[in-house]
Amino acid sequence: MKASVAKGTLIGVAVGVAMGVAGYTFLYAKGASYLTNDPKACANCHVMNDYYDGWIKSSHRSVAVCNDCHAPHNLAAKYLVKADNGFWHSLKFTTGRYPDNLHMRRINRKVTEEACLYCHQEVVSQIAPTPHTKENMTSCIRCHGAVGHPQK
Amino acid sequence: MANESESPKQGTKKKSAMIFFVTVGVAVLVAVGGMALLVNILEHKQEAKNPFFHVVELTDDTVDPEVWGKNFPIQYDDYKRTVDQVRTRYGGSEALPRTPTQADPRSIVAQSRLEDDPRLKIMWAGYAFSKDFREERGHAFMLEDQTYTERQQVVKQPGTCIQCHASVYGPSMRLGGGDLIKGFEKMNAMTYADARKEVTHPVTCVDCHEPKTMQLRITRPGFMEGMKALKASQGVKDYDVNKIATRQEMRTYVCAQCHVEYYFKGTEKRLVYPWAKGLKVDEMLAYYDEVQHKDWVHAESGAPVLKAQHPEFEMYNQGIHARSGVACADCHMPYKRVGAHKVSDHHVRSPLMNINRACQTCHKWPEEELRQRVLTIQDRTYEMRNVAMDALIDLIKDIKAAKTNGASDALLAAPRDFQRKAQFYLDFVEAENSMGFHAPQEAARVLGQSVNFSRKGQVELRDKK
Repeated sequence: MKASVAKGTLIGVAVGVAMGVAGYTFLYAKGASYLTNDPKACANCHVMNDYYDGWIKSSHRSVAVCNDCHAPHNLAAKYLVKADNGFWHSLKFTTGRYPDNLHMRRINRKVTEEACLYCHQEVVSQIAPTPHTKENMTSCIRCHGAVGHPQK
Repeated sequence: MANESESPKQGTKKKSAMIFFVTVGVAVLVAVGGMALLVNILEHKQEAKNPFFHVVELTDDTVDPEVWGKNFPIQYDDYKRTVDQVRTRYGGSEALPRTPTQADPRSIVAQSRLEDDPRLKIMWAGYAFSKDFREERGHAFMLEDQTYTERQQVVKQPGTCIQCHASVYGPSMRLGGGDLIKGFEKMNAMTYADARKEVTHPVTCVDCHEPKTMQLRITRPGFMEGMKALKASQGVKDYDVNKIATRQEMRTYVCAQCHVEYYFKGTEKRLVYPWAKGLKVDEMLAYYDEVQHKDWVHAESGAPVLKAQHPEFEMYNQGIHARSGVACADCHMPYKRVGAHKVSDHHVRSPLMNINRACQTCHKWPEEELRQRVLTIQDRTYEMRNVAMDALIDLIKDIKAAKTNGASDALLAAPRDFQRKAQFYLDFVEAENSMGFHAPQEAARVLGQSVNFSRKGQVELRDKK
């Protein structure tokens, strides 16, 4: 009986310490801020400082925040993409293995291209692809790459 | 029976003990992982605070870069890495072992360009470059390699040479008693051996940076005077580069203090950049023709010829990057992040070694695509360079043969002038460190002209026979 109480206490302490450390780390790293839409959260990591500074001066600053162009406009998909990128960003930033000029993954490029159309659909409807040509869709950011954060 | 009834009890005990240990183990791992992550985040947050520690007082007399490095350790670390010897297809250097001698204690040198292309020996016949010409190594070796090149043993070089192979700002100020131009003139008039004693380091921080504010500044009188002459030709009077140039211009000009075409004027051996008519090869040759300057008389043909010397600034000025306001430093010292510091990479080197930072800031294409674009330009330029080299060697051989057959100087004057032209144009691309990349179409035009001059010289000889 005594032994099992001691064991139970130990488990409680161990799990409690683990939860405490994990919880504090979450708070200290401003973990909750990543659930918001605030662009400042994206610049929590100084890697994004230049992109944030660029956005402040960009043509899109008063109409779109980071998530408007870098996350889908469907709530479930949005948090899925956020989680996916969150994982990779954390891993890369923690290990320090990433280039100074960052590259978009294909999935993120797709998200951004769709985000362009979300707002500018009417403007580009004449040149937008039909379902048959979707594969060869003209890229918006190939030419308009600087609208979100010029010179990053 | 008793054994049978105890067995499940023992099993439960074992099971619960195992669950206990696994739970504790997992909790320990979570705690350790959490702490490690916490510390990592803490470190990254510290980086973002961007601390600057002013450790030493820097003045114009602080030549030693190690002292500057105490205030600017990141830049100093990169600066030291210019000792790296790495090849690209058309540039960079290989570290070749050599047996040190009394006259030359170097145990490592770069590969010889003369062995690589023996036609260079014919082009430079009678000039010290035909004796020893190696691929350039990094900034760290500029003084050592100049001190010990065989060229020094063939010809007595003037002190002027050291202007761009050592940190001369401090020594010039000292020699001139605080007057930079006076010190400059004194050093030009010295022998190389005497001037060598005045200097201690290859190019260092003080050559490009003002020590109080770290602002870029020009310290080479040759460049100040060259720019003044160039601007005067464009209608700008009394141009003072240190007062008028913008910060972005300075990020090119500090490099252009040395990476330019130049000559030693008169008996006082003043270092002059031939820009009074403009920066194009045609305009520089017109200037040389006007002042009747020759670097030497060609040993085989007797032509009064010129040696072009690394005209990177002039060539780049004819290219699209200069047109777009891109500075030397943007590609050769691109911005990099160290922690949260954004610094210029002081490991000055070929952008091909650093494509992500050097090119992809503006050109959002895959690295391999960008590398191939550069190499395509360089391969094409190299092919044209070889065609022009063959044409020049043909002309030199023809003039030599005509001379042996008793042709008069008057008859040879025109062909020799064509050689002077062809050779300067070819060398302008050959000596320029980008194999055409700095201005691809200009390089092609210059090489096309060079071939034309060589063949015209041959036609001239043929028609006068």
